[in-house]
Amino acid sequence: MTFAAGSGHPGGSLSYADIVAALYFKVLNHRPGQPAWEDRDRLVLSKGHAAPVYYAALAESGYFPVSELVNLRKLGSMLQGHPSRSRTPGVEMSTGSLGQGLSVSNGIALAAKLDRKDHRIYCLCGDGEMESGQIWEAAMLAAHYKLDNVTTFVDRNRLQIDGPTEEVMSVEPLAKKWEGFGWHVIEIDGHDMRQILDACGAARQVKGKPTVIIAHTVKGKGVSYMENSIAFHGKAPNEQELIQGLRELGEDA
Amino acid sequence: MSRPLASQRKEYGRALVEIGQARPDVVVLDADLSTSTRTSDFAKKFPDRFFNCGIAEQNMMGTAAGLAASGKTVFASSFAVFATGRCWDQVRQSIAYPKFNVKIVASHAGITVGGDGASHQTAEDIALMRTMPNMTVIVPADAPETYKAVKAVVDRPGPCYVRLGRVDFPVVTTADSPFEIGKAAVMKEGEDVTLVGTGQMVAVCLDAAEELRTRGVSAEVLNMSTIKPLDKARLLSSTERTGAVVTAEEHNVLTGLGSAVATVLGENHPVPMSCVGIPDTFGESGESEELMVKYGLTSDMVVTAAERAIRRKGK
Ligand SMILES: Cc1ncc(C[n+]2csc(CCOP(=O)(O)OP(=O)(O)O)c2C)c(N)n1
Ligand SMILES: [Mg+2]
Repeated sequence: MTFAAGSGHPGGSLSYADIVAALYFKVLNHRPGQPAWEDRDRLVLSKGHAAPVYYAALAESGYFPVSELVNLRKLGSMLQGHPSRSRTPGVEMSTGSLGQGLSVSNGIALAAKLDRKDHRIYCLCGDGEMESGQIWEAAMLAAHYKLDNVTTFVDRNRLQIDGPTEEVMSVEPLAKKWEGFGWHVIEIDGHDMRQILDACGAARQVKGKPTVIIAHTVKGKGVSYMENSIAFHGKAPNEQELIQGLRELGEDA
Repeated sequence: MSRPLASQRKEYGRALVEIGQARPDVVVLDADLSTSTRTSDFAKKFPDRFFNCGIAEQNMMGTAAGLAASGKTVFASSFAVFATGRCWDQVRQSIAYPKFNVKIVASHAGITVGGDGASHQTAEDIALMRTMPNMTVIVPADAPETYKAVKAVVDRPGPCYVRLGRVDFPVVTTADSPFEIGKAAVMKEGEDVTLVGTGQMVAVCLDAAEELRTRGVSAEVLNMSTIKPLDKARLLSSTERTGAVVTAEEHNVLTGLGSAVATVLGENHPVPMSCVGIPDTFGESGESEELMVKYGLTSDMVVTAAERAIRRKGK
């Protein structure tokens, strides 16, 4: 997709691929044929630059044809470089400016409580995104209002644009921070399907507080030259790299 | 007309390194975009005077204020949408109000951000910055002017905003062209209409002037690289002579250069006016050239606007 677009964010998409797949194909209670179904679980991609993996999951789920995916980032396309709620079926929230998704998720969760609905809200954040102050304002609010219908993921791939998170702006001790803010914390290997599903199941059982799942991942997972690479944060592969990458992922080149 | 293209961001990086050498009081902040904004050039040379603030623009601006309060001259950079909108209140309360020496130099302004789409484009930043007291607002036309603008803001007391693009801009000035904050430059003299451009729209205005010449219209072109304080004297002396004006900006047409010019003309010497800019709508993903066409930032649009303004003369 990013190859066809000539730009985009493959690295941070691949680190989230297993989690996004688990959510769309196993966890979420949703009806792709009826995107506005009021009892659906909601997913907010706070880390909006992971749009490619998000669109792939929405297409495979049936929100729109898979053939749309090659139009990523093209003029007039429903698939904007960052998610746009008004353009793409299945997109709950327009994102791209980091740090804002958890607040919106909280609002959706408060509305669900008001309306006595028991759908769940999943918010997908980056680890560099943890540097944004609004995340912690939202973390405080979610705990204060006991939003146990909120589950937040943190894609702990240890990289942001300018380098490793711990060199640019350390976010550790991350689990302790969330605990301190009153959240139930689960740490998993974000590429282990069993652990992802178990964590989502456990989060559903927690009452009276929100849950954060800190998922240890590898940026660019599955494509050797992209793994742990800063260069492939916001750069598309060239044709040769594309063929090799697809082969490594077990797809037809 | 085809002109050589050059990067404003590269010139920012180059100027910043020279400033760092000459001025030990200069410190630079960025918010996890230093390779894009090119503050990384400074960071490599002067690691002790560079502070990456992470993805936390509001915090970056507050930190910049504190450094300035202690006598430092601070450059703070990010993408324009985040350096102005995300932290507007921090800039207003902690930088503009106390008149601190913080120079906000932001890249990726306007719609030519391209594929990232509306969340990363900004057509509001000139408005956000020019509405703030004490703030100087500069939109360099091209790469050479960027270098000069960055050099100039260091010596200008108080907060400044410098707006840069992502893509390479057509080069319309030279290393020797004069640049002074608050002064518009006459790029081409003319009699029938004044085309006032800012940023890369100066190049578009020059193209339009060329097309207008073939249609028998003599257009004057002003490079309004300082939006605030606006060069009223130069603007009025030109428009009083030509009797018609077109403004052109890669910004929301309702709230940027066009409205700044309209206020001056309206209060002093109204003439028929047409405004070229991004319509009052969010942008979208696409190639930057495609977006320039779709959102009406072309020389054809400037030509049409000029003809419309000229037709209304004397009515
Ligand atoms: C408020 C804001 N500031 C800056 C950016 C530019 N930006 C896009 S992605 C990114 C790095 C994100 O790091 P992380 O959250 O770790 O996600 P990953 O790169 O690992 O996918 C930055 C700084 C942005 N999108 N939003
Ligand atoms: Mg990361």
